[in-house]
Amino acid sequence: MNAASDAVAWILLIPICAAAVLAALPGYRLTAGLNILASFSTFLAALSLLVIARPQPGQYLLVDDLNIVFIVLNTFVGLTTSVFSASYIAHELETGRLTPRYLRFYHAMYQVMMFGMNLAFVSNNIGLMWVAIEIATLTTVLMVGIYRTHAALEAAWKYFILGSVGIALALFGTILVYMAALPVTGEGQDAMVWTVLVSRAAAFDPALLNVAFIFLLLGYGTKVGLAPLHAWLPDAHAEGPTPISAVLSGLLLNVALYAVLRFKILLAANPDAISPGPLMVTMGLTSLLFAAFMLYRRRDIKRLFAYSSIEHMGIIVFAFGMGGPLANFAGLLHMVMHSLTKSGIFYAVGHIAQVKGTQRIANIRGLTETHPALGWGLVTGVVAIAGLPPLGIFMSEFLIVSSTFARQPLLAIPLVFGLLLAFGALVLRLTSLAFGEPRGSAAPAEASYLPMFAHFALVLTAGIYLPGPLVVWFQHVANLLG
Amino acid sequence: MHNLAFDIAHLLAGGLVLISFMMLYQDRLYALLNIFAVHAVVLALSVAWQAFIQNAPHLYVTAVIALVFKAIIIPVALHRIVKQLGIHRDIETAVGIGPTMLAGMGLVALSMVLMLRVTGAADPLAREDLAFALSVVLLGLLVMVTRRNAVSQVVGFMSLENGLVLAATGAKGMPLVVEISVAFSILIAFIVIGVFLFRIRERFDTVDVGALDEFRGERR
Repeated sequence: MNAASDAVAWILLIPICAAAVLAALPGYRLTAGLNILASFSTFLAALSLLVIARPQPGQYLLVDDLNIVFIVLNTFVGLTTSVFSASYIAHELETGRLTPRYLRFYHAMYQVMMFGMNLAFVSNNIGLMWVAIEIATLTTVLMVGIYRTHAALEAAWKYFILGSVGIALALFGTILVYMAALPVTGEGQDAMVWTVLVSRAAAFDPALLNVAFIFLLLGYGTKVGLAPLHAWLPDAHAEGPTPISAVLSGLLLNVALYAVLRFKILLAANPDAISPGPLMVTMGLTSLLFAAFMLYRRRDIKRLFAYSSIEHMGIIVFAFGMGGPLANFAGLLHMVMHSLTKSGIFYAVGHIAQVKGTQRIANIRGLTETHPALGWGLVTGVVAIAGLPPLGIFMSEFLIVSSTFARQPLLAIPLVFGLLLAFGALVLRLTSLAFGEPRGSAAPAEASYLPMFAHFALVLTAGIYLPGPLVVWFQHVANLLG
Repeated sequence: MHNLAFDIAHLLAGGLVLISFMMLYQDRLYALLNIFAVHAVVLALSVAWQAFIQNAPHLYVTAVIALVFKAIIIPVALHRIVKQLGIHRDIETAVGIGPTMLAGMGLVALSMVLMLRVTGAADPLAREDLAFALSVVLLGLLVMVTRRNAVSQVVGFMSLENGLVLAATGAKGMPLVVEISVAFSILIAFIVIGVFLFRIRERFDTVDVGALDEFRGERR
């Protein structure tokens, strides 16, 4: 019991203390090492939550079956990204794109961002969750703009404006939820505590709850990158440092998704409220189809995978919108697989762009010949993200498609169409990137391959064999999601 | 007494909506900043009044933050930035004033219809406050949409946040966490904005967001 609350405290304390220390320390080697160490100890603290007894949900913090999946995934990708970031940043320092002063800032912001995301996951208070997501957003805005080029500043500005508007709408939604809870729970703390809200949601005013959910879906949906509110996402991914693209795609989108899911559960607890399903299905399908078409015209490699993230977030939101044990299970699995695969791809892309000195797809060719490890790594990643067997994403997409066919055959048609369209675009780009006459620099890459291949190995393992306890757990969470 | 309390709260919240409208048709940056300062003052009064009638002393803190930070420090700082950049001439509005005002009226009507309908059960003061707050939020959005200048977009965003503070204080007994967080986030947001404005000037010698569009990645 005590050890458990300690573990939760460590998840939050380690990043925030590390941020303070990293902001003060000079030197690349030392700070990059410390960054990895801090991420590693946060990951260990998160893992310990799996084995020890959970703390009782308090006024502010909560650990339950749903958020623990997110926390472990978050800290794991945070760890591998910090390893990738160490070698990536070394190259950026050499080429002078980052100065030592900005490096200090970068590492501190990285840990503050991890703090914000972890806090969003463990918070049991909808106000606190909002604050945490805002912290995570602001830190990523600063990191997207860190190169201070024209394009980076424009991307950061756009991200900042759209992100703030989204977050403002989400706050309005949060206030409305409080108003709905007020007559039932009375004034004060209780009306913002999520566990209390869920247990008494049946008595809330359904009309107010409906309006609140629409604000929350639009607000947090902006941060998930759902079309038509996605405009910030490709720019932010393309112009920031690649480790940030990896955590944006792999983690930050999940944080916003998690917030939407929490409120979906809340809405489902009230029998008279609208069902959130159709709204989420519509937004999910729109994002999927839109992104699938947009994939064809990309010329920038990071932008390409940013649109692919919109596509996959669309699929995940669609799956959770369908609801029911099977679709929720598939959505959850897809989310985990997407995080691992997409950040793995960004690790590869980061090194590729550094070696070739460009992000233009047209100038990158024949990677498997010049840089076999990076090239084949990228091939593995794209094969995985396009949904080919035997990798994990194939399985989750298969589950989503089959459960949709079983329940709403008509919805399955646009879904499959979108999937195939995206598949075509990715394979088309992949052939030119990985094969053919080599183009661009063939200098050997000083890359750290470990994080990339660790992610792909996990995705492959999950595609072939999912351990029994994990399946049982995911099923349990899927039932929670309703 | 109750009626008077209600009327004053109503008056102040309504005043905030009116000032939001005034922002829509300002075509000079200095004027826009002055109107924003008035907006923040009215917000501070409204929050202080809520603190008084709800008997919630912690709301006075929010009121003071609104007054000192948003009505004085930010407008003064932005004045200086505008002066330094030498952009105190006309604002390029993306849409004409007539259509903007019409759209603003439409948004206010929308928020009244929506909020008054769904909050039938709530306390009348809170529900009218919420309807006004949504109007202010939407008008703030409209300011952001119709301006192309980075400084005026920031002002639009801050007036939007004023609407959120109005909503948060109108909701009876909302925990302090949120008020602090709102003020806090505004602070951070401002720092971010300050950094951005500084950097934008360094690189472009202009804060017209339209100019930034030239550098879109896909057109390289």
